[in-house]
Amino acid sequence: MSMADSFKPYLMKIEQISDETPDVKTMRLVFSDEREGKNFSFRTGQFGEYSVFGEGECTFCIASPPTRQGYIECTFRKAGRVTSALSGLEPGEIIGFRGPYGNIFPISDWEGKNLLFIAGGIALPPMRSVIWNVLDLRERYGNITIVYGARTVADLVYKRELAEWAGRSDVKLISTVDPGGETPDWKGEIGFVPTVLGRAAPAIASRDTVAVVCGPPVMIKFTFPVLTKLGFKPENIFTTLENRMKCGVGKCGRCNVGKYFVCKDGPVFTFAQLKDMPQEY
Amino acid sequence: METEKKLIGRGELEKLFSHWRSKGKRILAPKKIGAKIDFAAVTTLEEVCLDQVQTVQSAKTAVFPRVEELFSFKNKDGRVEIRERDQGALPETVIFGLRPCDDAAFAVLKAIFNWDSQDPLFSARMEKVAVIGVSCPRADEYCFCTSAGGGPGGTTGSDILLTEIAPGEYLAEIISEKGRVLAGEAAGLKPCPASVSKEAHLAKVEPVFALERVAPALARLFDDNAFWVEQSLRCLGCGACAYVCPACACFDIQDEGGGSGQRLRCWDSCGFGLFTLHTSGHNPRPVQSQRWRQRLMHKFSYMPERQQVLGCVGCGRCSRACPVDMNILEHLRSVAEAKP
Amino acid sequence: METLRNKARELLASKTVQMVIGYGRGSGEAAPARAVFIRAAAEAESLIFDASCQQNLAVYLMKPEVRQLGKAALVATPSALRTILQLAAENQVKDHDLLALAVDAQGEVTPLATLQTIEAHVAALDCNLSAGEKTELQKYVALDPEQRRQFWQEEFARCLKCYACRGACPLCYCSRCTVECNQPQWIPVPAHDLGNLEWNVMRAMHLAGRCVNCGDCSRACPVGIPLYLLNQRLLSEVLANFNFRSGMAAKADNAMSTFKPDDPEDFIR
Repeated sequence: MSMADSFKPYLMKIEQISDETPDVKTMRLVFSDEREGKNFSFRTGQFGEYSVFGEGECTFCIASPPTRQGYIECTFRKAGRVTSALSGLEPGEIIGFRGPYGNIFPISDWEGKNLLFIAGGIALPPMRSVIWNVLDLRERYGNITIVYGARTVADLVYKRELAEWAGRSDVKLISTVDPGGETPDWKGEIGFVPTVLGRAAPAIASRDTVAVVCGPPVMIKFTFPVLTKLGFKPENIFTTLENRMKCGVGKCGRCNVGKYFVCKDGPVFTFAQLKDMPQEY
Repeated sequence: METEKKLIGRGELEKLFSHWRSKGKRILAPKKIGAKIDFAAVTTLEEVCLDQVQTVQSAKTAVFPRVEELFSFKNKDGRVEIRERDQGALPETVIFGLRPCDDAAFAVLKAIFNWDSQDPLFSARMEKVAVIGVSCPRADEYCFCTSAGGGPGGTTGSDILLTEIAPGEYLAEIISEKGRVLAGEAAGLKPCPASVSKEAHLAKVEPVFALERVAPALARLFDDNAFWVEQSLRCLGCGACAYVCPACACFDIQDEGGGSGQRLRCWDSCGFGLFTLHTSGHNPRPVQSQRWRQRLMHKFSYMPERQQVLGCVGCGRCSRACPVDMNILEHLRSVAEAKP
Repeated sequence: METLRNKARELLASKTVQMVIGYGRGSGEAAPARAVFIRAAAEAESLIFDASCQQNLAVYLMKPEVRQLGKAALVATPSALRTILQLAAENQVKDHDLLALAVDAQGEVTPLATLQTIEAHVAALDCNLSAGEKTELQKYVALDPEQRRQFWQEEFARCLKCYACRGACPLCYCSRCTVECNQPQWIPVPAHDLGNLEWNVMRAMHLAGRCVNCGDCSRACPVGIPLYLLNQRLLSEVLANFNFRSGMAAKADNAMSTFKPDDPEDFIR
């Protein structure tokens, strides 16, 4: 019997906590049992069930890349019962983790191609995993462009990493905040993600480029048409879905979008797949 | 194994009950509880009710309890200890007196829990369960097993199927290895003459809709909101249908007990608004018509495609239990007969 | 029955209402009658009213997808009429939101277009517990606390937490039920002894001074828990202590959340 099947989680020690925004934190987790940590592997795009014992489980992607071994990271907003409890924990405390679950971003298929990452708000974490994954294997990919936006400057997560990406010559970062969300010293763009993407369009070649889009449903809704107009084929546009989950292993019955299980067939889907799926997400 | 046929009398069955009890086995069978008949632990054949068409609830609790512990934990002084369930301590159980539709439902549950990976708790319970069905001498207007691939004498899922061929005299079809072991414990099994057949003793259940039309019609109707609103106006959005269903297995996971407690698996239902509600307040299925659609789609379209089984055995329990007469048979007929 | 059908035809043809919520034939022995939502005069012939028509149809006044269909005429038993008044008292129904078609055992149909006319109609009804209900309740009240605890422990042991009681209750209209609030988790979610006890007691308490004793929670319960005993006990207490009966007036304070200087205080010992 594997760990994943029994609902028994790995015990993870919180090694480090970073405050991303007033209500968003990133936790670095290491395996309490070194042997379990050595045997553990995952691929970018996968998710897990994180738990505070006595409060319950909740679902987030693994926000760190598989190329950084020895730990996993998750980023979450304090919102419900479990994330509120998680927010109250300190480094050194123990939480549960089940996973990895779900499918992956097919980054080996993307080798030799240009990559365009588009993210909004708290949806950067799943993309952060894949961004670092390809940056750690930088020579295998063409141009890398990241378009990231949030409502306000305060809502931008991974600020330290955004600065790092902005400073790299092999990455083009376009960061933006919604109109009214800027601060006096804001140097990035002002505008909604799809609009900013449209403005930057001439610089983005759609041929030989794969687009990855993660964000709230409304952002995704308005981003797909922009990408389509730019000439992206639906099968070259990837996103992740985030339906409510309990088991993570295709049994509890609630994450389905039509006949697809987000937990088994996803969370990564192409726009081509989404076009054939009902709007149940 | 090839089905073996024997004859067994009520007296021998009674002896079997005491034999199982002496072995420490739990016997679940239909029993009168207040004004209703439901599966409960019994010790003698006397207590068992077999006159009803159906019990209110199914016997799925034997393998998928309302609430079950996944594991317990202790979270103290920065240390967490997890203790897994001792599956060896699960009771050996004989479920007696289920109808063939209920026997067939175990195959559906297996498909749900084990389609992709094995669910260890479910499988451990299933392992310890033996199923002795009793075929149906009569049916009611809610029964539609024959439209859902079964029948009043169907043997799918049974270890032994009994058919009463004369008062107190049963034809026993021994279907599985577990059944053979159970039968081996019975004294006084008589050989069954070739002339004995169960067919004459079975209820007549006429097929009422063409199953092969349902899945394609559902796919076609998915986006027809008006159809689903009309179909579900009466629905109150409770979980009675799901909870009495022998083939519904959606669940929730809940923690209890703070620093020292359990992680529990509990029944849940796609009929509840909370089922799919995101923490953000967004709900992929915000209204009841979409939730009712999900119920039918899941059982009659998604499951046949993904798990290669129908998510319904035609027992009719949901229709009988529904407080507002959402009769699934009528709804399936409406679907099957909807104009393309 | 024909009076009712004619009234429905007239209301729909004149577009006074967009829909008549009434009773039609059910699908079988388990449900001789069931709710129907009549939108066209030609469909009015499927309306029935007889002793099997027991569901409190006022429950549908609170269902969003029914509300969207427009103004309704509601075939209303005495319980449903009282429910409408209670909903009005709780600001869930406004005057002229609906038309009540009061029906009685004799098949009389009385259209009641305003809350005031409903009040007048209800005032003439006997809203006391029936003789049978009284006897059963007395038997229950006579149990000592330990027997009562045991009684409910056995009854609630069967509770599946399917929430059919909540779904069937026209006064359980909270957009998010207490049992669905988890910060903190007031009521345990699992259907174990504690979860079932707390759920059923919480629901009864939330209905104290509000329940109109329509009995739909008990009729809806698939495992036959006599929930009416809890409700009848509480409504008797509210009547005895606060001289308040729910569902009699379209403007009324909530008995359990209103302090009056002359409230009896003999529970403080």
